[in-house]
Amino acid sequence: MFRNNYDNDSVTFSPQGRIFQVEYAQEAVKQGSVVVGIVSKTHAVLAAIKRNAEELSSYQKKIIPIDSHFGVALAGLASDARVLSNFMKQQSLSSRLTYDRAIPLSDITSRIADRAQTNTQQYGRRPYGVGLLIAGVDAKGPHLFEFQPSGVTQEMVACGIGARSQMARTYLERHLDEFESSSREELIKHALRALKESLSQDKELTVDNTSVGIGGLDESFVLYEGQDLTEWLDATFENREGGGDEGGDAMETDS
Amino acid sequence: MNHLPQAWGRPRDDVYGAYDNSHFQTAGPNQHTQSPIVTGTSVVAAKFKDGVVIASDNLASYGSLARFTDVKRLRKFNENVVVGFGGDVSDMQYLDRLLNSLDIRENYASADDPLNAKNLHTYLAKVMYKRRSDFNPLWNHLLIAGLDGEAKPFLASADLLGTTFSSPTLATGFGAHLAQPIMRRTIPDEASVEKVSKDEAVKLVKECMKVLFYRDARSMDKYSIAVITKEGVELSEDEKLENQSWAFAEQIRGYGTQTA
Repeated sequence: MFRNNYDNDSVTFSPQGRIFQVEYAQEAVKQGSVVVGIVSKTHAVLAAIKRNAEELSSYQKKIIPIDSHFGVALAGLASDARVLSNFMKQQSLSSRLTYDRAIPLSDITSRIADRAQTNTQQYGRRPYGVGLLIAGVDAKGPHLFEFQPSGVTQEMVACGIGARSQMARTYLERHLDEFESSSREELIKHALRALKESLSQDKELTVDNTSVGIGGLDESFVLYEGQDLTEWLDATFENREGGGDEGGDAMETDS
Repeated sequence: MNHLPQAWGRPRDDVYGAYDNSHFQTAGPNQHTQSPIVTGTSVVAAKFKDGVVIASDNLASYGSLARFTDVKRLRKFNENVVVGFGGDVSDMQYLDRLLNSLDIRENYASADDPLNAKNLHTYLAKVMYKRRSDFNPLWNHLLIAGLDGEAKPFLASADLLGTTFSSPTLATGFGAHLAQPIMRRTIPDEASVEKVSKDEAVKLVKECMKVLFYRDARSMDKYSIAVITKEGVELSEDEKLENQSWAFAEQIRGYGTQTA
């Protein structure tokens, strides 16, 4: 039944120095649909593919606005993400109430990291089966943080997690130099193209399955879904409708 | 011998008669601080175009006795904020420890985004209001001086009831009656702050400290003064009032021994 004797709980090391329960939790992240995040000098953007369990059901929420200055995108167990996002909402609100301060992103990230790490060191607990991208703006400008079930967090310039996210990351690596000076619209286009990369051949980005969240200097974190995305999707993938000048040019280099 | 601890150190009943316990009030409500004990007097502060000046004398009085003459009542929190304490000195020391632990916690969390004056004022106002709601107030009147999130001058007060107040010039205690009108002559409103230079503001606050020493019997001529600007905090804790002139004292009638 078990792969080996060392994966029964998250407090036991294998002789190779691995903690299997944590690695399994990281597998849960890889099963989740893909999410990407990018930061420029002025903005932080999150984009995600939403999945629906069946044709008749609604789509699973992928981006959760936490406070007016930041939000998170999730890959993995949505229920674990809800626990973490509720905690983050409480912490941000408490920072606003006690200090009248928008909580710094590095701060909120290390708080959930501490929580997640505790789960890997106490008997009878399990790691969170979710990875998060935390994006927004604080006193020090735009930020993007990656959170893993192990409790590891890293600040990123661009990041993609979830199923087939390697394709998205390859896109991001190829365009790394362009992000810093990108405008709001360019950043969204990059994020949507990165998403598209990791989609299987027969699938497309639509207003139903795509979700975009943006935070910027002097601008609140806003979640865009449904019809609000029409213009961006059309502008990014112009060749879908027969091509255009500016977007079509960019598409050639991408595909 | 009476072995009960409550009898220890008391006059022996068999020698002096039964001890009168009535004033101990064993029953009745639990009472917290009903009045301050060792106190500091006024704190005065004024905004100017690039920052804030704040000052308070170095005296801690025990009632009318000038008990401690080297108590520093301005506390630098970081490069952006100074807190001035009026009122009970032991409660000031408690708040000092509280701010120390807050500072350490903040530096562990994120050293690159320190709390500004506005953040600290919000926090301290919550602490004061919490304690008054527990019917156990911290008997202080605080002035929080420094720079806010936009690096603009910030000055606000929080008192033992958790009341908050903000103004281009502020003074606690006796200074609220004596110094505030003087400072308002120069800085009547927020617009006039822009016209006041650092030197003018320092001179104004020093002048107020002198008037307070003349008229406040719980004050002293040694004082601390701090200037908070973008360049940081300049805190001097052993200033002495200069150019005192007691000529006006001759004119005072109604106190002391004179008859006319």
